[in-house]
Amino acid sequence: MMNFWGFSIAEARVIDYDKNDKSLAEMLAEEMPTTRLCIGCGGCSATCTAGNLTEFNIRKLQMLLKRGETKDLRDQLHKCMLCGKCLLVCPRGVDTRKMILFLFRQLSEQDHNS
Amino acid sequence: MSVIIIGAGPAGCEAAYQLAQAGEKVELIEQEAQPGGNLNNWYQLFPDRKSAQELNRQLILRLEHPNIRLHLGCMPTKIDRREGRFEVQLNDGALLTGQALLIAGGFQLFNAHRKEEYGYGIYENVITSVELENFFTNQRIQTSTGQLPKRVGFIHCVGSRDEKTCNFHCSKLCCVTAVKQAIELREILPEAEILCFYMDMRMFGPGYEEMYREAQEKYRIKFVRGRLSEASENKAKQVLIKAEDTLIGKPLKMTLDLMVLMVGMELSAGSRQLAEMTGIEKATNGFLRVKDPHFATNETNQKGIFLAGSCSSPMNLTDTLTDARSAALTIREYLKHIDL
Ligand code: SF4
Ligand code: SF4
Ligand code: SF4
Repeated sequence: MMNFWGFSIAEARVIDYDKNDKSLAEMLAEEMPTTRLCIGCGGCSATCTAGNLTEFNIRKLQMLLKRGETKDLRDQLHKCMLCGKCLLVCPRGVDTRKMILFLFRQLSEQDHNS
Repeated sequence: MSVIIIGAGPAGCEAAYQLAQAGEKVELIEQEAQPGGNLNNWYQLFPDRKSAQELNRQLILRLEHPNIRLHLGCMPTKIDRREGRFEVQLNDGALLTGQALLIAGGFQLFNAHRKEEYGYGIYENVITSVELENFFTNQRIQTSTGQLPKRVGFIHCVGSRDEKTCNFHCSKLCCVTAVKQAIELREILPEAEILCFYMDMRMFGPGYEEMYREAQEKYRIKFVRGRLSEASENKAKQVLIKAEDTLIGKPLKMTLDLMVLMVGMELSAGSRQLAEMTGIEKATNGFLRVKDPHFATNETNQKGIFLAGSCSSPMNLTDTLTDARSAALTIREYLKHIDL
């Protein structure tokens, strides 16, 4: 964010779906088809220990990822404590914990290769 | 005893057959040249993907019952009540009489031109759910420029739940229709990206929620919660859309090769005319008002005049046929009563 004489210009907030890189989301959907079943109910984020103590929303991160927005994911995924409460409450059987582990692995591989 | 039924869509056909089987004489009036109503525009039905024309054929076949007289291409021009009997004057000069009148005038689909900001009739690659059914019937899906669409968006609630179109009600069927059509589209376009833009997913019927799950997991349909605000067209004749991804809380824009508008249901013009001719009240959703929402779902504020099917509210085919059978029972009870 830039600051000009007291005015700030924020980054564009709009999700530009055409331009966004959705390859990580595609990989996840292939690897774990149950993640396609999320309906965004928020059960996972409501029970999430990390989310109750810090700025961390596993539901939203998952949805952002599906639109090709991975910045927040990179910044925040480490907050997860892998306790697994989220998957216990999911009404759609999304194995969120396994999903997080998969994403961890992919992101660190990407970082390693770059 | 004889019963006059106006409208030979699924509700009118089913009620006619049930009454005829019970020994009543039925005069069945249809304004079109063939029976079947809106069913004539459909390809497959949810949730079992039954052929719509096969069901239609079965319904029409039963109209050959000797107690049924079918008046095709006819409209009532005058409806009178004399000494407890209804006299219906038809435009072809015939005069029909009956002890009870059943209105089965059905629904009509929302005219998508009225939702101008969605660009129907203005942008080439904006079509309605009915046009997509026609594509399915012909097994040919392509954009206006003759290409296979790579990204298709279904827009829910077009002309429903929208006070800007004066339709406050939920049309009930368009959510499941979108899911069904998205699945059918996937079978034809294995590589395309298919998205549904919804306000709420209303999967009310048996097997519907299961179909929604299957659409997500097996058929890779994506669902975005957010209402389309506006659409525009680019040089390549793609449709640019803007919506908010409300579960993320950010505005979203993307281009679609084909946009399908899930048009809602309204009371048909024919049903509206009948209501005016007979003094039947309308409910706040614009459909015809039933006498009691629990105990008298086929009766009206007018004695001897009954309703069947989607002229009283949006209904799927299962409910339409059930409602028609219920109307037939109610009418038989009524006829027994006036017999005394
Ligand atoms: S596994 Fe992670 S995301 Fe799930 S509840 Fe525990 S801390 Fe939250
Ligand atoms: S609980 Fe399951 S369905 Fe609900 S938001 Fe979380 S992952 Fe999605
Ligand atoms: S059934 Fe779904 S698409 Fe149709 S009006 Fe209701 S919420 Fe909207």
